[in-house]
Amino acid sequence: MSETELDPRVAPSFPKAAKASLRDAQLRANVRRATDTIQAKRHKLVEEKKDWQELRESARQIRAHVLEHLRVYLEEFERNFTRAGGHVHWARNDREAQEIVVAIAKEAGADEVIKIKSMTTEEIHLNDALEAAGIHAYETDLAELIIQLGHDRPSHIVVPALHKNRAQIREIFLREMHLTELGENPADLAEAARKFLREKFLRVQTAVSGANFLIAETGGVCIVESEGNGRMCLTLPETLISVVGIEKVIPRFADLEVFLQVLARSATGERMNPYNSIWSGVTPGDGPRNMHVVLLDNARTAVLADSEGRQTLQCIRCAACLNACPVYRQTGGHAYGSVYAGPIGAILTPQLMEMQHGESLPYASSLCGACYEVCPVKINIPEVLIHLRNKVVAQKGWYAPEALAMKAMASVFRSERRFRAAQRLARMAQLPLARRDLPIVGQDAPTGQDSGSGWVKWLPGIFGGWTQTRDLRAIPRESFREWWESRLT
Amino acid sequence: MSSAREEILARIRQACSGDAESAAASYAEITRQYQQAAKLSREEILGLLTERLIEYDAHVYRARETEIAALCRELFARRGAKRIVVPGDLPGAWQSGAEFVADEDLDARELDRFDGVMTAATLAIAETGTIVLQNAHAQGRRAISLVPDYHLCVVREQDVVETVVEGMRLLEATRHLPTTLFSGPSATADIEMTRIKGVHGPRFVDIVILGA
Repeated sequence: MSETELDPRVAPSFPKAAKASLRDAQLRANVRRATDTIQAKRHKLVEEKKDWQELRESARQIRAHVLEHLRVYLEEFERNFTRAGGHVHWARNDREAQEIVVAIAKEAGADEVIKIKSMTTEEIHLNDALEAAGIHAYETDLAELIIQLGHDRPSHIVVPALHKNRAQIREIFLREMHLTELGENPADLAEAARKFLREKFLRVQTAVSGANFLIAETGGVCIVESEGNGRMCLTLPETLISVVGIEKVIPRFADLEVFLQVLARSATGERMNPYNSIWSGVTPGDGPRNMHVVLLDNARTAVLADSEGRQTLQCIRCAACLNACPVYRQTGGHAYGSVYAGPIGAILTPQLMEMQHGESLPYASSLCGACYEVCPVKINIPEVLIHLRNKVVAQKGWYAPEALAMKAMASVFRSERRFRAAQRLARMAQLPLARRDLPIVGQDAPTGQDSGSGWVKWLPGIFGGWTQTRDLRAIPRESFREWWESRLT
Repeated sequence: MSSAREEILARIRQACSGDAESAAASYAEITRQYQQAAKLSREEILGLLTERLIEYDAHVYRARETEIAALCRELFARRGAKRIVVPGDLPGAWQSGAEFVADEDLDARELDRFDGVMTAATLAIAETGTIVLQNAHAQGRRAISLVPDYHLCVVREQDVVETVVEGMRLLEATRHLPTTLFSGPSATADIEMTRIKGVHGPRFVDIVILGA
């Protein structure tokens, strides 16, 4: 499991990968415990916030407004960040972004960089590209460090190592940090990470990050975090390179009053992240002298062009939808075959792949809507899931099984004659399958009387997917129409 | 500029029609019905700030201008902090009970050898237990309040607000300055979602709320 490549271009389909995850009892226990804890904390703080729905609505409106005027705000950000002494780069895809970062790091003379946790750099597989160019990247977020030292992959957007428990983390640290002794309390493990990384913070002069928000009005960059590794990376080195998706821009500094409030509560169940850093370009004598922002498209403009899929880009990466999702809570993140797991991953990944890969992901949902309910920017994830399922089917053409089945259904429903014929046919076909001896829950037929119905517990072939985990109500012996007609004659 | 820039901007232009003119009008239409002004009394706000800071593992003290030197002596002694780095413009009257070194471009390794740092603050937000530091009067550059393991931070009573919205609006005037909002000591929940105090930032934080 640990070596799974989180690249939708090569990852196995979701149902296949999920089966493997479901067999890992330890993984499921870890994911369940972590998501339960985080959900309980979030719930308490959202309840306490009386203006939560108003904040959500404003957050949604601001993000939707930004997407509609994205060009204006990106140009404004570029102008202001450049005026403040920073450099802005544009990357059409992952390869261009990798090249830009490698070139800046090389120009800075770096053979190692320290990194702030960034899903965007995971998305473009930046560490591999840096390594190939002879530059070693040290992940400094505790969870990312656990992932990196464990040769693992992130399974959650906010707490990427939530699939590992303390005993597993202790083993990784003992082995990779060459320690002879290490307690197994979380505090001991954090202390080990502090010692391991401090020397790197004090020495390495180039840092790589993502960003939570770019502020158009000030040319500002905002990064939120808990541990202080972010502050170390964005304060102490000479050079800072931030790789940021083009959708991350917000209009004004004042808009942070909304996003800082909804992000912390949604992501970690805190009223405010322990640390929020905001800066605008270069400040002489305070922080890096060389400041770069790489604006990454990587198919985001294609998502923008799809009016129904566009709301996906409102996402502020809080991961509340992962914690709330009954599917994610069973499978964990790796099954999604992408750095973006859970409901948001199920809609973001296939769109970023321009529907060429990850086509099984829009089906990795029961459409229960828990994700929509917790989303702080009100992305209607179920709506987008259905939209993408349509796209997948349309893409496969008219001969795809779903398309054929739907066409047949439509034809049956259009004609009363065909509908009746289909009912008769189904009644005959189910004869060997339907068991009429089983009672129907909640509908007690008077003793000795046949309710006329029953249960189908097994279906053949492609229909078997339905009966794998649930029974199907058998078709009654007599339809309402038939009963009505028999009454009249 | 690069062709990547032109191409991305062209794709955006094709995808959505919003331009600079419509942006201003559309931005003004965004509804903001959330709580903006304070609802609590001054004393309640200070009480709430104290409660929230303590909840996030900071220690909180109240003092008047005449008492702060004595309080600092007590706190430094309790923390065993002997060498303290301070921004060059930190009020001299506060500096008592340790050896104080004014920051003059000290490098990270030198900062790492201090027992602690003492700074003022721009403001505090009670609702979230948040202290705001800026590269402004008596707060210094970001590195000094980050590398040492102990931070004694003095915030004036009149700079405490109730809501995040009030706080962010006060910061508007100095929004270009490097700004750090911190809520308690450094922390992580990366291991089994258990909140652990202290990873890389200061692990020990004392806040003094300074009255007139």
